[in-house]
Amino acid sequence: MSALRILVPIKRVIDYAVKVRVNKAQTGVETAGVKHSINPFDDLSVEEATLIREEKLGRRAPGGVEEICAFSAGPPKAQEILRTALARGADRAIHVELKEGEDLEPLSVAKLLKAVVEQQKSNLVILGKQSIDDDANQTGQMLAGLLGWPQATQACKIEFGEADAVSVTQEIDGGTQTVRAKLPMVITTDLRLNEPRFATLPKIMKAKKMPLEKKTLADYGVSGEKRLKVLKVIEPPPRQGGGKVENVDGLISKLKELGAI
Amino acid sequence: MACRQPLTPVLRRLTRTASSEIGRHSSKSQQALLRTTIRCLSTSQPRPLRQTPSRRTAQAKDEFTSTKYPEIQRDERFARLTPEHVAHFRHLLGDNAVIDGVTSPSAAIDDDLAPFNSDWMRKYRGHTQLVLKPATTTEVSQVLAYCNEHLLAVVPQGGNTGLVGGSVPVFDEIVLSLSRMNAILSFDPVSGVLVAEAGVILEAADTYLASAASPHIFPLDLGAKGSCQLGGNLSTNAGGLRLLRYGSLHGTVLGLEAVLPSGLVVDDLCTLRKNNTGYDLKHLFIGAEGTLGAITKVAIHCPRRPAAQNVALLGLPSYEHCRRAFSEAKAQLSEILSAFELMDAGSQALVTQVTGNTHPLADGGGPHPFYCLVETSGSNAEHDSEKLGAFLESVLDSGIVADGTLAADETQARTLWAWREGITEALGHLGGVYKYDVSIPLADMYALVEATRARVAEAGLIGEGDEFPVRAVVGYGHMGDANLHLNVATRRFDERVEGVLEPFVYEWIQERQGSISAEHGLGLAKKKYIGYSRNETMVGLMKQIKGLYDPNGIMNPYKYI
Ligand SMILES: Cc1cc2nc3c(=O)[nH]c(=O)nc-3n(C[C@H](O)[C@H](O)[C@H](O)COP(=O)(O)OP(=O)(O)OC[C@H]3O[C@@H](n4cnc5c(N)ncnc54)[C@H](O)[C@@H]3O)c2cc1C
Repeated sequence: MSALRILVPIKRVIDYAVKVRVNKAQTGVETAGVKHSINPFDDLSVEEATLIREEKLGRRAPGGVEEICAFSAGPPKAQEILRTALARGADRAIHVELKEGEDLEPLSVAKLLKAVVEQQKSNLVILGKQSIDDDANQTGQMLAGLLGWPQATQACKIEFGEADAVSVTQEIDGGTQTVRAKLPMVITTDLRLNEPRFATLPKIMKAKKMPLEKKTLADYGVSGEKRLKVLKVIEPPPRQGGGKVENVDGLISKLKELGAI
Repeated sequence: MACRQPLTPVLRRLTRTASSEIGRHSSKSQQALLRTTIRCLSTSQPRPLRQTPSRRTAQAKDEFTSTKYPEIQRDERFARLTPEHVAHFRHLLGDNAVIDGVTSPSAAIDDDLAPFNSDWMRKYRGHTQLVLKPATTTEVSQVLAYCNEHLLAVVPQGGNTGLVGGSVPVFDEIVLSLSRMNAILSFDPVSGVLVAEAGVILEAADTYLASAASPHIFPLDLGAKGSCQLGGNLSTNAGGLRLLRYGSLHGTVLGLEAVLPSGLVVDDLCTLRKNNTGYDLKHLFIGAEGTLGAITKVAIHCPRRPAAQNVALLGLPSYEHCRRAFSEAKAQLSEILSAFELMDAGSQALVTQVTGNTHPLADGGGPHPFYCLVETSGSNAEHDSEKLGAFLESVLDSGIVADGTLAADETQARTLWAWREGITEALGHLGGVYKYDVSIPLADMYALVEATRARVAEAGLIGEGDEFPVRAVVGYGHMGDANLHLNVATRRFDERVEGVLEPFVYEWIQERQGSISAEHGLGLAKKKYIGYSRNETMVGLMKQIKGLYDPNGIMNPYKYI
């Protein structure tokens, strides 16, 4: 079996635990001064790549892991999540710097990743099934299409067999489905795949000093041109508050009033 | 954004652990704890801590306080409740504000009364037959005046999370629940002054402040925030997790409204930061544990909510190293340091045992003898990260810290906090706990845990097997405030344990000029021991105040002083 060269693309998004607010102009959400972190699905990709390397169990890659490369296209602060990925087990990190507020559409990201895969000679790409900011759930699929590679989406378990075979258990409605393909391939992660670890301090410190490869879109021959224009972003309608009834009779008459009984 | 809500990594993490855990042990108690943990991490809605049903594995369960402590006698000056009394209250407050076990006692009513009779630890249980839930200050005043006139004893009750048995009746005292007085009255985003009724739940107040157009923060935070009420917080002068940063309630409370047993409304709802006009009487109610009157409203000064917060968890080889780390943290993090918490290995092992979760530092050569949680809060994320990074690097390089981790996102930050905040609850799930909440000069602080452990071991009471009544002697607490929680976790009630612990612990503290109750108060549990921390003159003056405000002694009798 071939040694794995894993590419882990990650994205910096508004922290999952932060309540997002639409900006005044209704052109997007408020990002200034808001806590950002790694997209939770990408967190799982980083962890999985590290686990594949660490686990000596037979089910894990017989050919071993040659390299884990973390990649992010984003504003200067995306460096933080790349450093976290380094602290958690990535060997190298590449940063394509975008201007603050500049955003790429999924197809541009897929084209960019294709170029990175070719340059890095990656044979496995593990990426989040979607990023929680625009929920497109397209990048992995488009990348597989552009590369002409097999894809397994929504992975909750990844196993490696002989002769470059990879079995992936996928989350599907109401259950799971297991598929098998041969390397090279694209896998997207789903929530049950693993439990991301805490990076230890010595590794965090070491990662701070590791070099980041800085690139531009032009280095990969990608333009980043947009096909869609956002017209308007609005908040979901506020929840209607409930009313309180004094007693059982009150409840019954309320239900009657609403036509529920 | 469609995905933000359904996606819950923490929840998932915990539920998964939950299901495997349940598979192994299949115990109701574990499921309950895990459910609570999930709730605690995934929602900011008030969460009722009381609904963890399983806390009473080992100790004599739900025994009446009066049976357990036969030396406490009912004060026969107090009248016994009659249906006439209750009819009066019903007339005053309306039927929905009264839980009445007097007029027509029944098992169903006893069930309704039960949560008001038992404390959070299930250590104390009273015999109340009547709970009153007034909705306004006027109603509180009418109720208290009537009780005073008819010599009916009263226990004010907030969220009932107090840890010294102060919030539940001993005998048949009426429970005066403030829970319906839960309105936020005003908030001034410029001065940061919040005015609210006493029954507002702490977490609800903080959530309200967080969502204000200019987000603010409640200057108090503690593990029971989902249940405890502002009135209860003031009455216990709760300290909590960020006292280090925001100071004590004696500093942040600007004014309050309280009702004396005579029915007199003490309107001191001042919203000024400065007011040097006469004795500052509000301070008497802060920490009075309901013995002087009922607090009905609060005005409190709230700081701006910090835009940036970071949380790090450190593993350290000895207590001395923790002290040095704290000293370094103060020097290097200075104005952004917002919490410095201590946990020993034993406390973390118990949380691991109860939750089944993997400790965040399990990989890095753990377990370590000590852990410290460091939190920074500031207005500029980059500035803070840089400072914290430099601090962490220096303590790691100088060998003060053996290992550690830094939360990479908000979810991880909450997970780290859960290892500190979850200790009280985890301990509770394992059986009875002897709790000592003490303040000792930092140099000696942890020595108390070691001395106690040695003493319990010498008496042959601690060990792995079921034959030993004591499971573990652990220490944790607010290192930044020199406040230690010494907890002795037991498998079952055994009077030899108490004999070994007391008065040993109190004498040990007295010798070092410490306080036998740093932040939990006196209540019933510590009433006897006030002499270890206050001299006779002080106690005498306190009794004079009590006599002045509550001449008939109807407010929270049998407790405090
Ligand atoms: C998990 C957990 C963690 C905790 N952590 C901390 C901590 O970090 N720091 C700390 O200081 N404490 C802590 N505590 C204990 C703390 O004292 C209480 O949680 C809280 O301050 C009490 O509020 P409450 O509304 O539950 O009051 P209760 O328990 O209902 O009452 C406490 C006392 O105040 C009196 N009282 C209540 N409301 C009023 C009122 N309106 N007027 C007059 N008297 C009143 C009661 O009679 C009683 O004597 C913790 C408790 C738990 C369960």
